[in-house]
Amino acid sequence: MSMVKKSPWVLHYDGSSCNGCDIEVLACLTPVYDAERFGIINTGDPMQADILLLTGGINSQNQAVVKQLYDQMPRPKVVVAIGVCACTGGVFKECYNIIGGADTTVPVDIYVPGCAARPQAIIDGIVQAIDLFQKRSDEHELLMKNKGKKADLKTKENNNSSDKGNEA
Amino acid sequence: MKAIICSLCYVIFAPLIGGLLDGLDRKISARMQGRVGPPLLQPFYDLNKLHNKQLIAVSKSQTFLMISYLLMMILTGALFYAGYDILMCFFVMSTASTFLYFAAIVTGSPYSTIGASRELIQMMAYEPAVLLACVGFYLCMGTFDVAKIINSVVSPIVYLPGFFIAFVFILTIKLRKSPFDISTSHHAHQELIKGLTTEFGAKNLALFQLTEWYEVTFLCGVVGLFIINSNPISIIGAIAVVFVVWFLEILIDNCSARVKFDLMLKISWIVTLLSAGVNLLILMINR
Repeated sequence: MSMVKKSPWVLHYDGSSCNGCDIEVLACLTPVYDAERFGIINTGDPMQADILLLTGGINSQNQAVVKQLYDQMPRPKVVVAIGVCACTGGVFKECYNIIGGADTTVPVDIYVPGCAARPQAIIDGIVQAIDLFQKRSDEHELLMKNKGKKADLKTKENNNSSDKGNEA
Repeated sequence: MKAIICSLCYVIFAPLIGGLLDGLDRKISARMQGRVGPPLLQPFYDLNKLHNKQLIAVSKSQTFLMISYLLMMILTGALFYAGYDILMCFFVMSTASTFLYFAAIVTGSPYSTIGASRELIQMMAYEPAVLLACVGFYLCMGTFDVAKIINSVVSPIVYLPGFFIAFVFILTIKLRKSPFDISTSHHAHQELIKGLTTEFGAKNLALFQLTEWYEVTFLCGVVGLFIINSNPISIIGAIAVVFVVWFLEILIDNCSARVKFDLMLKISWIVTLLSAGVNLLILMINR
């Protein structure tokens, strides 16, 4: 099993957040907290990201965007909802345009509550997400290995059946 | 025989050297910004992770183009460290860059397309200085062969200080450092997401990283070529100069903002013309 947990790259998406949580997420990268010591890079590219950080609730306009970002991320991936708005919808829950928390659109793995979530809490959430990322990566690796074996078996079966077909 | 061993050493050890230099870069950059920074081996962890991710590519030809880019870059460095024609090395390197351009443009993503066209502009900006450096080596040594250049009695830099300045200047473009990292950057965010590499994920990005390391090791070799002469002690001097240049690049990277492409083109051509051009004139007159 390879150690992928040493290099978690995060993608941060701001839903309908008040920017409180976004500022705290960025604060994690500053010299005070320095999330890069865990190998964390805040990348802007979903195709290169491993962990999706969502802040703010989901509204009818950004739902499609969040879904697309999630789909564009290669497996294995982990989703972290940061702040109470991303967890449940928060104070905006009853608004006419808010659908709810991030889990109404994508499967959320880790919930980091708080208004705004403190950098310590966010880093703790990400560290838990990193462990989950490693676990998923191991599972993914195993799955791919088994899939390869199955594919081999299938091609063999196909070959056999085609041979039989020729004989007939 | 010696040539084969040298180029084999390059093929095997260049990723290690390039990766370590990259890790050192990130560590020193972090210290300059008052942070602890990632571990020294972080680039290798990243490469390992990228290798284990699911590959999503819009166009399947992208992987083929990236492998071609890698092989061409390995060929460049192998030719150089085997002591062949330096002009040939730079031509092969340009071919490699073309493969990278196609790998980025084949996806059709607006971000990577703009990044790719900026890569072409970068090539326009650095090619004059690179080709002039080759001409400079020929004028002072009478040969393009790396094997003969390193056996000269006096270091080439004595005759070619202007060419050296121009080459170190365009090295900032080549190493994708601020202020000239317009096509893609080592730093996370920029106005084009990740520019040229926006659509590279998983194994394709790993191939890109690996090629960068080969390229860095090759370019460090060219910087060293300016210093090296028939005296074995000069090798230590060459390594020291390479480290000084590397540190200078990190310093420039950390204390400058990205410029627009037209300014980059103007500055790099002016510097090339002023330092390498004047040096060329002096060499031609004294011949």
